[in-house]
Amino acid sequence: MSADGAPVERHHILTVLVENKAGVLARVAGLFSRRGYNIFSLAVAPTDDSRLSRITIVVDVESAPLEQVVNQLDKLVNVVTISELAPASAVQRELLLATVAAEPAERSQVIQLVGVFGGEVVDVGADRLTVMLAGPPDKLDGFERLLATYEVVDLQRTGRVALPTIDVQPASGRRLVSVQPSAAG
Amino acid sequence: MQLTGAQALIKSLEMESVEVMFGLPGGAILPVYDPILSSSIRHVLVRHEQGAGHMAEGYALATGRPGVAMVTSGPGATNIVTPLSNAYMDSTPLVVISGQVPTAAVGTDAFQECDITGVTMGITKHNWLVKSAQDIPEVVASAFHLATTGRPGPVLVDVPKDVSFSQMEWYWPDDLDLPGYRVPGPPRRAEVDAAVALMAAARRPVIYAGGGILKARAAEALRALAERTGFPVVTTLMARGAFPDSHPQCLGMPGMHGNYTAVTAMQRADLLIALGARFDDRVTGRVDAFAPDAKVVHVDIDAAELHKVRRADVAIAGDCKVVIEALLEAAAPVLAEGDAASCIGPWWDTLRRWQREVPLHYERSDGPPIKPQMVVETLRDLSPPDTIVASGVGQHQMWASQYWRFDHPYTWVNSGGAGTMGFAVPAAIGAKAGRPERTVWAIDGDGCFQMTAQELVTATAERIPIKVAILNNAYLGMVRQWQEMFYGERYSEVYLSPDLPDYVKWAEAMGAVGLRAETPEEVAPTIEKANAVDDRPVVVDFRTDAFEKVFPMVPAGASNDAIVVHPEHADRADAERVAWERLAAEQRQ
Ligand SMILES: Cc1ncc(C[n+]2csc(CCOP(=O)(O)OP(=O)(O)O)c2C)c(N)n1
Ligand SMILES: [Mg+2]
Repeated sequence: MSADGAPVERHHILTVLVENKAGVLARVAGLFSRRGYNIFSLAVAPTDDSRLSRITIVVDVESAPLEQVVNQLDKLVNVVTISELAPASAVQRELLLATVAAEPAERSQVIQLVGVFGGEVVDVGADRLTVMLAGPPDKLDGFERLLATYEVVDLQRTGRVALPTIDVQPASGRRLVSVQPSAAG
Repeated sequence: MQLTGAQALIKSLEMESVEVMFGLPGGAILPVYDPILSSSIRHVLVRHEQGAGHMAEGYALATGRPGVAMVTSGPGATNIVTPLSNAYMDSTPLVVISGQVPTAAVGTDAFQECDITGVTMGITKHNWLVKSAQDIPEVVASAFHLATTGRPGPVLVDVPKDVSFSQMEWYWPDDLDLPGYRVPGPPRRAEVDAAVALMAAARRPVIYAGGGILKARAAEALRALAERTGFPVVTTLMARGAFPDSHPQCLGMPGMHGNYTAVTAMQRADLLIALGARFDDRVTGRVDAFAPDAKVVHVDIDAAELHKVRRADVAIAGDCKVVIEALLEAAAPVLAEGDAASCIGPWWDTLRRWQREVPLHYERSDGPPIKPQMVVETLRDLSPPDTIVASGVGQHQMWASQYWRFDHPYTWVNSGGAGTMGFAVPAAIGAKAGRPERTVWAIDGDGCFQMTAQELVTATAERIPIKVAILNNAYLGMVRQWQEMFYGERYSEVYLSPDLPDYVKWAEAMGAVGLRAETPEEVAPTIEKANAVDDRPVVVDFRTDAFEKVFPMVPAGASNDAIVVHPEHADRADAERVAWERLAAEQRQ
């Protein structure tokens, strides 16, 4: 909590465009581990441009000032741009899969819960079922808490991906390091 | 034109104007060694790959050009990990080419396979595993570009054997595809003006010059700035020679073993102008007690250094030379010549008093053993003024830095950030290979010498006549000093021996001239004898005092205020501290 009682945001979202080259993820992850920066979650996927991938990193800024994290990250030669997304002006989504042990008697309660949250049942067996929910991370947090009243056999979250909200773009995505004509050559 | 990958690699090095490289062949790099036979590039065959790496570093530090080393896969590559780490810490431009097992064998634990790009990821500016011979010119050009621009540093290019064998169509790239690599441009006017405003207001300024001055070739600019402002200058271990020691405004080296005036000037400053320096713990001592009253202007080409250790009041990401020139231009109307100097007159009075009252000091001695500081002083006085000095790591390194007079840039070849024992001999060889017209002295410790001495065989074979002064105190002296001061004189595993090995015989066995000096009278004549040799390496075994300690010293983790000076001057340093505190108290009232 800050002085005025507002929660201090520990988690900052960095969306990092990287060259789609072998070993890039290892370079990013290695940098975080060797400098002692904590990653809360990390998601990687190709972008619409085949030369680039996007890494969405949720950083725990209690481990190091965001400015240091960004400046060190920017020194990686394969990192092309880094933007920070303020949680308030970003669309964030995450996906959760959970397998729940539920006897036929309990099963309908679980299905009901999934329905309330707008999730889906994606697999069913004799005494267990697998459910899926996609949504903002805090919604997944709530769902996960309620699901815990049942016997959760397995639970997997993807880590979040995020883009700036459209109305405030581009101001929302504080572009910390932008693409410039290469200094090379 | 069709070339093999190996031919393209050597041709690419030629395109980068490489004149010499240091290396040792083996299976995976064999194809690349073949075209070396018909290349204009000189290859120096080392006896251990660590030597190749440090030679390339020494070459780079003495010439400003990137050093190049070539090794085979597996153990060849791991043997050069220490130099890569050393070069990374000291921002030295280094290009290492390593062989790798054939592409199809990568990942199978093949003979002499090692994931060297993985191993060196954290200690290179960038590295590459080359996938196709066609990529070689592009990768080599990128490697040199990255190693030498921005904050310089080491890079590694790993070349699988099949890539060296296969055919490619030769080209040389006009443009490099490095979309994520940027080097800071000129500083913004507002930043420069803010820095100048702080400079104009300062009453106790210190210019804190770091190794970045040398990387940026900014020694001239620094001198102009110092003379324009009249400000005192400290030169860190990495910046010795960046500002002449004989210049009246030079205060010398700050830090753990810095002199009293340099350390205390920073501590009492109201403005630090850090130029290409990174507030290393060896300079700051305990960070939260460092220079408590100082505002900070911090200039560094690596933005990640700004605010990393110490929050700067004005932080400028940029090339030191460019930024200093901008500062000079902006300062011209603000700091009228002589004007600034008059404002800081009282500061200079204090600094001069400190220099007078608490100078560097050691007790001279007429009989054996020889005082190590006296060896450095005599070497300095009997060698040409532009002599290049390389050093190992330990007490001898600190005495070399303290007692040599560095008046020229690129004359100090030293392992700073990593503190790599064994650096001196190979680094001196590399420096001499790049600057054959200069006298090159390695000032080495007996412990360090034993780590890489075999490279003297290389020096003899390749006719690279360096000179080595071993300050033979029969101890891992620096560690011994810590055990004496901080571990209640409990000496654990620090004794070597003065005569095992016999350094003279060892030198002779390696084709060098071996000399020995055991008394103070022998020091000068032995140095003269060594300086007269110019056709082969020389090693001088100076029998020095094992009990001598490096002073001043700031104990690790302590505040710079806790500086321990030579016992002879402890009272005076105390008196200065008391006087300062009284003055500060008066001013507060
Ligand atoms: C490779 C390596 N191993 C260990 C150390 C730790 N160390 C620092 S100084 C030193 C002693 C060096 O002994 P010597 O070369 O005789 O120099 P002296 O201090 O006696 O002048 C040691 C062991 C180091 N810096 N580097
Ligand atoms: Mg020793």
